[in-house]
Amino acid sequence: MLEARGLSKSFGRARALDGVSVEIAPGEVVAVTGPSGAGKSTLLHCLAGVLRPESGEVVLDGRRIDTLGEAELTALRRQSFGIVFQFGELVPELSAVENVALPLLFNRHGRGEAMAAAAEWLERLEVADCADQRIGELSGGQRQRVAVARALVTGPRVVFADEPTGALDTLGGEQVMTAMLGAARAGGAAVVLVTHDNRVAAYADREITLRDGAVLAGVNP
Amino acid sequence: MGNRAISSPRLFIECIVVIMSTGHVLLGLLAERPQHGYELKKEHDQRLAGAKPLAYGQVYATLQRLERDGFAEVAETRQEGGPERTLYAITEEGRAELERWLGTIEPPAPYVAGGLFARVAVAGKAADGYLVRQREAHLARMRELTAEKASGTPARVLAADYALQHLDADLRWIETALARMKEEGDHA
Repeated sequence: MLEARGLSKSFGRARALDGVSVEIAPGEVVAVTGPSGAGKSTLLHCLAGVLRPESGEVVLDGRRIDTLGEAELTALRRQSFGIVFQFGELVPELSAVENVALPLLFNRHGRGEAMAAAAEWLERLEVADCADQRIGELSGGQRQRVAVARALVTGPRVVFADEPTGALDTLGGEQVMTAMLGAARAGGAAVVLVTHDNRVAAYADREITLRDGAVLAGVNP
Repeated sequence: MGNRAISSPRLFIECIVVIMSTGHVLLGLLAERPQHGYELKKEHDQRLAGAKPLAYGQVYATLQRLERDGFAEVAETRQEGGPERTLYAITEEGRAELERWLGTIEPPAPYVAGGLFARVAVAGKAADGYLVRQREAHLARMRELTAEKASGTPARVLAADYALQHLDADLRWIETALARMKEEGDHA
């Protein structure tokens, strides 16, 4: 469904990715692990169409996406991908429910419809009580659930999560992981999960380990 | 336990291995209510989910030892057609021993003696490939335990957490060892 072939990407003289190929099947949960600087986040951003690789290609459902124009790529990201960051990256001026509604509003849904769908997602992630609160009033765990709701509200094919539990304690992280994977499975979305925490990686169906910008051979089941 | 039990080195070791764990756990279960050996075994296996199930022979041997040391006593013996059933109860001395044990800290492991560490100590830098395979085996077990947690009883979840965090500690050591080997290789 989503495939990367021979991706390479450098930042200045530092080579972040060096010919990485991976394939993500529909509905699959894949952890991308490896030490700091191994290229985990760069791979995630290339797959998600946030960064463009220097060489190699990214293919979604048979269609090459790394060569799309900026407008087309943005539209594709909004429709097919959801992203959860380590610190939520929510809009502090908006309430929780407005944050979740935002991707639908960008996709030109009506306000009433978007707000109703957003409220439903908050309910599913058990943070309905926080709907009208500003982001600053929420706990770390609540923020991440709102971020998960925002990533899933458009019914994406793939959810990308970059250290989604990095700012949470063990139990808070466990609750966010369970909520995120439950919601993704229910919607049939694949999840690509970047983490340096093995306990988080253990939620995945399989693991891709990067070392020095390349896939470590012999570790994938 | 009491001084009586520590009468020879062999007995002392036996004390640590058998009584220090199983004996105190059985005392803890008996403190809740008097029980038969069969019930104690069931309760032990349920409460210490993830631990090796207790053999009946070990239950009765431990109970006899607790009785000998004055920590437990026979409350009732009954025979109704079937085999003889003995109900055990904790004594006042047993309660005091249990309190003492619950309040004692476990000594932090003073040395490393796992097979994982031993292989790396012997193989040195050549352990690289072994560590990568061991890492994969650890992660596979962590995936199983994580999946078990989704549908487990509270006792199972606690046991799985305990196992997961110990495996994670091994994994972090494996990753550090791999990074050190790489660093040494780069400088060589």
